[in-house]
Amino acid sequence: MRLSVTCGRLVDPASGLDQVTDLHLADGRVVALGEPPEGFVPEQVLDAAGLLVLPGIVDLGVSLPEPGGGRHASLRSEAPAAARGGITTLIGLPDTTPVIDNPAVVELIHQRADAAGGARVLCSGALTQGLMGERLADMATLRDIGCVAVSNARSPIVDSRVLRCALEYAATVGVTVLLFPAEAGLADGVVHEGAVGARLGLPGVPETAETIALARALLLVEASGARVHFCRISSARGAQMVAEARDRGLPVSADVSINHLWLDETAVEGFDTSARLDPPLRAAADRQALRAALADGGIDLVCSDHRALDADARLAPFSEAPPGASGVDLLLPLTLELVEEGLLSLSRAVEALTGAATLLGLPGGSLSPGAVADLALVDPDAEWLASPETLASAGSNTPFLGRDLRGRCVATLIEGEVVWQAGADWSARTP
Amino acid sequence: MATTTPTALRDIQLDEEGRLVHFLTTEGLSREQLTAILDRAEAFAGVGERAVKKVPLLRGRTVVNLFFEPSTRTRTTFEVAASRLSADILNLNIEHSATRKGESLLDTLHTLEAMQCDLFVVRHANSGAAHFIARHVSPGVHVINAGDGRHAHPTQAMLDMYTIRRHKGRFEGLKVAIVGDILHSRVARSEIHALKTLGVAELRLVGPKTLLPPGIETLGVELYHDLRRGLEGVDVVMMLRLQHERIQGPMLPGAGEYFRTYGLTRSALEAAAPDAVVMHPGPINRGVEIDSSVADGPQSAILRQVTHGIAVRMAVMAEVMGASPREAS
Repeated sequence: MRLSVTCGRLVDPASGLDQVTDLHLADGRVVALGEPPEGFVPEQVLDAAGLLVLPGIVDLGVSLPEPGGGRHASLRSEAPAAARGGITTLIGLPDTTPVIDNPAVVELIHQRADAAGGARVLCSGALTQGLMGERLADMATLRDIGCVAVSNARSPIVDSRVLRCALEYAATVGVTVLLFPAEAGLADGVVHEGAVGARLGLPGVPETAETIALARALLLVEASGARVHFCRISSARGAQMVAEARDRGLPVSADVSINHLWLDETAVEGFDTSARLDPPLRAAADRQALRAALADGGIDLVCSDHRALDADARLAPFSEAPPGASGVDLLLPLTLELVEEGLLSLSRAVEALTGAATLLGLPGGSLSPGAVADLALVDPDAEWLASPETLASAGSNTPFLGRDLRGRCVATLIEGEVVWQAGADWSARTP
Repeated sequence: MATTTPTALRDIQLDEEGRLVHFLTTEGLSREQLTAILDRAEAFAGVGERAVKKVPLLRGRTVVNLFFEPSTRTRTTFEVAASRLSADILNLNIEHSATRKGESLLDTLHTLEAMQCDLFVVRHANSGAAHFIARHVSPGVHVINAGDGRHAHPTQAMLDMYTIRRHKGRFEGLKVAIVGDILHSRVARSEIHALKTLGVAELRLVGPKTLLPPGIETLGVELYHDLRRGLEGVDVVMMLRLQHERIQGPMLPGAGEYFRTYGLTRSALEAAAPDAVVMHPGPINRGVEIDSSVADGPQSAILRQVTHGIAVRMAVMAEVMGASPREAS
């Protein structure tokens, strides 16, 4: 399959490219920029005039809807929804039921994802068996069957000796560890421990839940040499600790959820369960610091932190509603809005959306010749409203419902194939 | 583009004209609204002293006591209050029944609504439960919060306000101390909002750091860790109950040490103004947060609080049901 994307604004932070030109794809890869190669005849041409042509988003650390999820969301709903949101690779956490701690579960997910279409679904395997924080999982086996990282997801590892061994073993096997920094004894609240939680009488999670866990993990990274990525930094102090550790030369990186860049603790006012997140939305000053850290690279990546919940899950008193928000539809427009606000350059925004590919050595994340042709074609001016009807995810559990958005993916290509394309207002021409 | 405005705290306890249709929290109500409830309670206080202790204000209406958490005194006073207003009363102790069988809170609610109830009096272990129910009941059905988690217990706070007004005749210029487990106390939060709105001069929270939630100071209160300093010159001392599980948990060393440091004894009370009134939402733990000589002493208003509870709850019920005071006579 040969395909040309013409006249789009190509933005590729990996190669420093930002230029209006043509892009030519063949056999699932980028073959040329600008002039097509000698004798190249495309079977399909996508007119991208007025559009951004970006490497597809690589969304690190989502909750997979199956096996064992809710009744409504499935890979069949969420992987295509992600593709519509410009995401070409989803990296799932191992906290499925059963847990991704053996090859059979990985194979099941890969099979179902193949049948589902849409975004490529990759797995992170368990760091400890059953995520129980007691015995190490078969990390080498999981790596060999295709897991791109290992993680204990949101399950705590209370025993520091286990964490130490897990990091040492991961370093031995050569897999990156995704850690959610949360000290178990301090993290059993439902909102940020601060003014809003104190007033509403909701149990709080203090900032120290994050910083204590980070401090322990950073010291063990230093001792073990493990490559660790911290998921969902939520506090100013946490962002600062990661940045300082990296400056000291530790092999660490971090991400922040798009929710935490737009919302703070006040979003739970009125006991709004759609703003119940883990880690919780923190103070306004934390939000500002997270934004600044994403802009200056102190935090590497922005992610959706996607978790699609059944519609009735949030119909409960605040503490009884499960945490999490659907996000694959919203990650792209809400990140582009940070560009519009002047917080991020477009290049930095794209880097933050796609950098997980480089971080984990995955395909995609680049428009350079030879790269796997995972692309998102984006109309930066398309305006739309977040509503259960416009969101492709089966979960409409998001604190952004009813919000005006700007910027929408109009076509998504994975390995050079169009997997999603908007109708009506924009369509491809076939010569 | 503007940042998102989440489903903000629309005050769902008020209708479009600003009238109280649910009573969920004392937060956000005006001084006039709080005073109106107190005035109305004053008018109802006489009803209990008459030979026929009933007014026909809510005749033909059905009040459901929906208690997801065990309670004796609060439920009983609501029951007496509803009965004095001539309402029909249904007591449901849900902790034993439906939700145990896996029925969701919302389904329980809709089932009860189908029985054409007019008012739900709700107690629940989770903060925000009464808000949740108020948001999902049909129009015309009212909700009174009888305690939700650590969030609010507004009728208790109003009967405390009533008691203060009876004793002190005013709120302006008063110095008030709330002592004890603020962290877990729904009563304290409702008292703080009401006292600030009613215009007390000074509001102090007294307790160890483990029982004062970070961020509470943003409500315009002063924090004290020393009991005697916290009580110095105050006109009202509001003690809080210390739950048994707090004594066993990591937040406190034990009941004995708590009594020595934060227990209200006669000697500690000497720091307060000579005519200071002592209150407690009950049930009291003698020898834990309060000494018997104080609880039963001349400055104690604890038993009168319970009596006032009936008139205040009648007032709140009548208020949210929109029953006109003219019918009360």
